[in-house]
Amino acid sequence: MCDQTFLAITFGPCDNCSQNKPLMNIYLKNEPINYCSLCVELMACQGLAKGETTNTLKAESESLKAKLEEERAKLHDVELHQVAEKIDALGQFVMKTRRTLKGHGNKVLCMDWCRDKRRIVSSSQDGKVIVWDAYTTNKEHAVTMPCTWVMACAYAPSGCAVACGGLDNKCSVYPLSLDKNENLAAKKKSVAMHTNYLSSCSFTNSDMQILTSSGDGTCALWDVESGQLLQSFHGHSADVLSLDLAPSETGNTFVSGGCDKKANVWDMRSGQNVQSFETHESDINNVKYYPSGDAFATGSDDATCRLYDLRADREVAIYSKDSIIFGASSVDFSLSGRLLFAGYNDYTINVWDVLKGTRVAILFGHENRVSTVRVSPDGTAFCSGSWDNTLRIWA
Amino acid sequence: MTINTLSQDGVQRQQMPCLTKMERMIISMQDPDMGIKLRNQRLLITVIPHAMTGLDIVEWLIKKCSISDEEALHVGQLFVKYGYIYPLKEPRNLILKADDSSYRFQTPYYWMSTRWPASELDYAIYLAKKNIRKQGELIEYEKECYNALHKRINHTWDFVVMQAREQLRASKQRRKGDRIVLECQEQAYWLVNRPPPGTQDSIDHGPERRTTNTRVQLNAEFYKKEIEHNRISLARNRVKSSICLESYVKYCEQYQPHDPIMQGCLPSNPWITDDIMFWNMNSETVALPTKLRVERWSFSFMELLNDQMGRKEFLTYLEKEFSAENLCFWQACEDVRHGETAKIPEKVDEVYKQFLAPGASRWVNIDSKTMEKTLEGLKRPHRFVLDDAQMHIYFLMKKDSYPRYLKSELYKNLLARAIVPQETKKSVFPFMRRQRHSSPSPALATQTAEDDGKAKYSNSNSGTASRL
Repeated sequence: MCDQTFLAITFGPCDNCSQNKPLMNIYLKNEPINYCSLCVELMACQGLAKGETTNTLKAESESLKAKLEEERAKLHDVELHQVAEKIDALGQFVMKTRRTLKGHGNKVLCMDWCRDKRRIVSSSQDGKVIVWDAYTTNKEHAVTMPCTWVMACAYAPSGCAVACGGLDNKCSVYPLSLDKNENLAAKKKSVAMHTNYLSSCSFTNSDMQILTSSGDGTCALWDVESGQLLQSFHGHSADVLSLDLAPSETGNTFVSGGCDKKANVWDMRSGQNVQSFETHESDINNVKYYPSGDAFATGSDDATCRLYDLRADREVAIYSKDSIIFGASSVDFSLSGRLLFAGYNDYTINVWDVLKGTRVAILFGHENRVSTVRVSPDGTAFCSGSWDNTLRIWA
Repeated sequence: MTINTLSQDGVQRQQMPCLTKMERMIISMQDPDMGIKLRNQRLLITVIPHAMTGLDIVEWLIKKCSISDEEALHVGQLFVKYGYIYPLKEPRNLILKADDSSYRFQTPYYWMSTRWPASELDYAIYLAKKNIRKQGELIEYEKECYNALHKRINHTWDFVVMQAREQLRASKQRRKGDRIVLECQEQAYWLVNRPPPGTQDSIDHGPERRTTNTRVQLNAEFYKKEIEHNRISLARNRVKSSICLESYVKYCEQYQPHDPIMQGCLPSNPWITDDIMFWNMNSETVALPTKLRVERWSFSFMELLNDQMGRKEFLTYLEKEFSAENLCFWQACEDVRHGETAKIPEKVDEVYKQFLAPGASRWVNIDSKTMEKTLEGLKRPHRFVLDDAQMHIYFLMKKDSYPRYLKSELYKNLLARAIVPQETKKSVFPFMRRQRHSSPSPALATQTAEDDGKAKYSNSNSGTASRL
């Protein structure tokens, strides 16, 4: 055993279990640490091997990470834009605002398309969640949430319900009733319970399950009927800001991105983090899968969007420009995956050629931050929501 | 003035990456060789040095970043909005004009990254100075703020007035030019930090995010998990970049004709022409599908299954081959996996009776090992108990039935009969807006389906059978 001084001279949070207890000041490899007596005993019996401390473990983890990056680099024999040289460049790109949806009283934070390709749901800072027929610009339903900053909303695959949540730390599902007299809030189902704000939510292949991500650093899978937690996903070391489900045959994985600059790929069955990418220089605001499911794109506060390949296990492209200074808040691919639409905090939307890595167009129009960008299910248009209280449909 | 870089709760505010980038650009704008050419600006009788015109700023940005006029103006606007550049002449608001209006760089003392948040005390002193300097110089909203502050921090008011007087006295000692510059700088700072009502608040950043989570202890447990995760990642099989990247090129090429944003769609994009023919022709229940739609089924098995019509066609084909139970089994498994947790035991039981029990009416052919494992798992049914069997049948269909379906008469016939829509002729009167028809809400459609007592599978909805 290591040198110990059996004097409990301090009282406070233990370095190991963080409970407030009388602490023993002991030394491991010349490093002073404060453990409570229980933890010291546990350490003596099992757990930490001789001479281990949090710092040595951290150092070991860092060196493994470095080795991992080396391995990843070994198989990187060509850049994406080189492979893309043989493809024709895209011609003049013209996209205009075709619809402007006005009706929110405050910043629009999130939106989602219905599978019928024309309806959308949007949520805003003032707690309102509105369902629109974007084609006619008519509002069809409106719900007032009991909290502000509704940062997440999602349309159910059947088109019969919407899920939303935000600073209330919950995700609630509202069945959409066509009875004008019915108060939607009455039938609300509280599904998810987190310990911090809800940043993003998404239905899986049916109305029965919801995947959520939260400011408490975790993601979770819930059963809608019972509100039961089916699986939780731990691994981020800071707020998780976004998630996206993989369009794969087996439908078992999803990717999440957070304030720890990491993008993690998870197995929904086991709850395990199967792959991890950490090349961004700041918070990752949004993650989206490439349509084939073999890669995903991220938008971050460091003003870049990046493409990560899952089979090559590395970052394969960076989309950035000198004149783009503000962070990308939201990204989405066009149907073929050739174009990447990214909404930025400088009020613009930049359209990138995914393969060549160049910017195809910049779209002006919003008068404040663009908070969300989503392409419609059949790829005919995309919708952008902004802090200027409006949503725009571009085609 | 007090320098205050700590936020309310004492936590050092993280430098926002955008501010660092802006500052870098501001510094390169002031580079003596490659930066903007600064000159003296005459304001009535005083001469202010180191000024530039709005046009200078825009032109420098166009050259440096190779961007268009519009974008350069937009980027320049952001510098002014965030207080890094301020206008010299009236009206002093935070807007960039690409003409000969003069601007100057804000002193780093007042940068958003060095002095945030602006304290109430400082603002009170500023307003008091303005008030003392010239009676009635305070604008409406400033008057309101002044009065509100007077109430709120009344206990420090003597200090506020004293400071204001001292600062005014000190400024009188300065040269007129310096005085004007200092006033402009201070005014710009407060325009950013206390925006007038009706203008945008650049400081509004949304709810607080934490980059280190107090819930997640960075302790031994955490690092052990990280080490384990990194070890597993090291051992992973990776694919060469050249192979992975080639696959994107192929994918994009294959799907390009199907991407309406890239290549348009026939008859026309509903959002552009207000004509929903495109949606009608591609709906779930249309009699004859479009050629593109049928072609897409040949791209991958998943494409075929994801399209309700494709699934129906495939089922018809399998019925001819007497292997329809495979697809039905797969669908039943999907229902278990994505359905209500409470109903799992009964659903699994149904599946067993119909597909797996010896002598079942629609017995599926699974290899003995998988069958054994599945039957064992059925004793304690859970959401994923049928996964192995489902996977086996899925790949069986994918490797065997699916390729044969694509070569079959049924498919080839449908492909031949499939429609290629005519492009909508542009209307003679392009300014006449067509009437935009609404469609029945999916919420209504499902209610009727439920009433019919039909079983609901995951992809069976979004059936907006629109009628014109």
